Amino acid sequence: MQKYDLSKSYVKEVTSNIALETDKLSVFYGKKQATYDISLKIPKNSITALIGASGSGKSTYLRSLNRMNESGNTNVEGKIIYEDININSPKINVYEVRKHIGMVFQEPNPFAKSIRGNITFALKNHGIKDKKVLDERVVSSLKQAAIWDEVKDHLDDSAMSLSGGQKQRLCIARSIAMQPDILLLDEPTSALDPVSTGKIEATLRELKEKYTIIIVTHNIQQASRVSDYTAFMHSGHLLEYNDTNTIFNNPAMQITNDYISGHFG
Amino acid sequence: MAKTFTEELKKLQNNFISMGVDVNEEIYQATKLFLSSNHPDKNIVSKQDKNVNQKEVNLEEQALNLIALQQPVANDFREIICILKASSDLERIGDHAASIANEAVHLKAVIQDPDVERIITQMSLKVRTMLESFLNSYYHNDSYESKVIAQEDILVDKYFVQARKLIMQEAEEHDLAIDALYNYLRVIRLLERIGDHIVNLTEWVLYRNSGELVELNPGKIEPDLVRRDLEKNGNNGLIENKDSK
Repeated sequence: MQKYDLSKSYVKEVTSNIALETDKLSVFYGKKQATYDISLKIPKNSITALIGASGSGKSTYLRSLNRMNESGNTNVEGKIIYEDININSPKINVYEVRKHIGMVFQEPNPFAKSIRGNITFALKNHGIKDKKVLDERVVSSLKQAAIWDEVKDHLDDSAMSLSGGQKQRLCIARSIAMQPDILLLDEPTSALDPVSTGKIEATLRELKEKYTIIIVTHNIQQASRVSDYTAFMHSGHLLEYNDTNTIFNNPAMQITNDYISGHFG
Repeated sequence: MAKTFTEELKKLQNNFISMGVDVNEEIYQATKLFLSSNHPDKNIVSKQDKNVNQKEVNLEEQALNLIALQQPVANDFREIICILKASSDLERIGDHAASIANEAVHLKAVIQDPDVERIITQMSLKVRTMLESFLNSYYHNDSYESKVIAQEDILVDKYFVQARKLIMQEAEEHDLAIDALYNYLRVIRLLERIGDHIVNLTEWVLYRNSGELVELNPGKIEPDLVRRDLEKNGNNGLIENKDSK
């Protein structure tokens, strides 16, 4: 493989409303450094895609954003600024952070409960008891995740009876039910067929009207289809960040060009 | 995947250059046919043009397959788009050459104007040199050279204006020769258009490198340029040509 200079990068300055910002975010697994000083501004009501080869640190970075990298000897340095507050601080309540910044994982992982139960579970835990409010949230979040029409007649069936794509959209609905600002998605369609993938992508495009979405994907075409901004990472470094149109037409860095063209990775 | 793609792309580029060489030969034969009264094969250009058209169809098919199957982006994508767009310009140049040959076949030798024919020879030579240089700049992916080539189109435009002036003068003197003079007009117009298409070709080399679509045609950037230059220098251009011969 060709050698690339990882010290050079191109990061477009984003001036629109910023939903989330990281300042020199570095993640360490024990002594091993997984990401290096990642400074990135994520614009509001947009979809930002994180792309890069396996081991480039994009999932690590994503998981840091709602403080999921805190077990064992993982150490996260740098700032994560959300609404002018550095949320990467021991004083900040992580459960409160996760109410505002939701996460959807690669494998659809609904609870072994009813469809309705999946949505209301976290809400009840957060003290919402009013049945009317709960019902409203069930309907609105399932509608926003574009799965309502498919499940409205059997809300009390087990979520396990749904198809893969439906399960994943249910997981998105479950995240939305908490009314977060930001939705993090870690390869949400890599386990799904093209039709389900298409539905999820359409869902994301609608959701960005209300939320800010950050998505990690291995699928270059998916990044080009759904995202407004794309960040390319390699070996833990952020090497290019630009609007998606530019990245896929005319990237600034040779390494970005070679990665999205499939020359390595 | 990357290896297959690179190989297929190489083939595509080679076919494109080969098509360019053919088109250049077509222009040469077409003007030769127009200017010489006893050309051995009057159908040579139309045969060549059929061949060029077929090459363009094949090229397009190849390019579309590459896009559909390999889904190129960034550099690779621009590379293919450059060929797709440039090949239609090349094909148009071929069509123009065929039209010139067509004028030759229908030429009525009522009148011959050596001055106009000299300009036609010069124009043909100029556009062929431009096309050759273009193929060279495409092969070496040389944006700078492409820009230089585009600038040369101004000369073609000047030849056109000068020749048209001569033809119009001739027309005033010889009423009967209108048909033949119309032939001349058509041919210089076609050669001028060929020049424009070559400028388009050079624009695609720039796009391929930078991703930017730019206008390089000096006559389009500054519509008054040719007229102003000719007014300033009188008819010098033409006289120089005579001297240099």
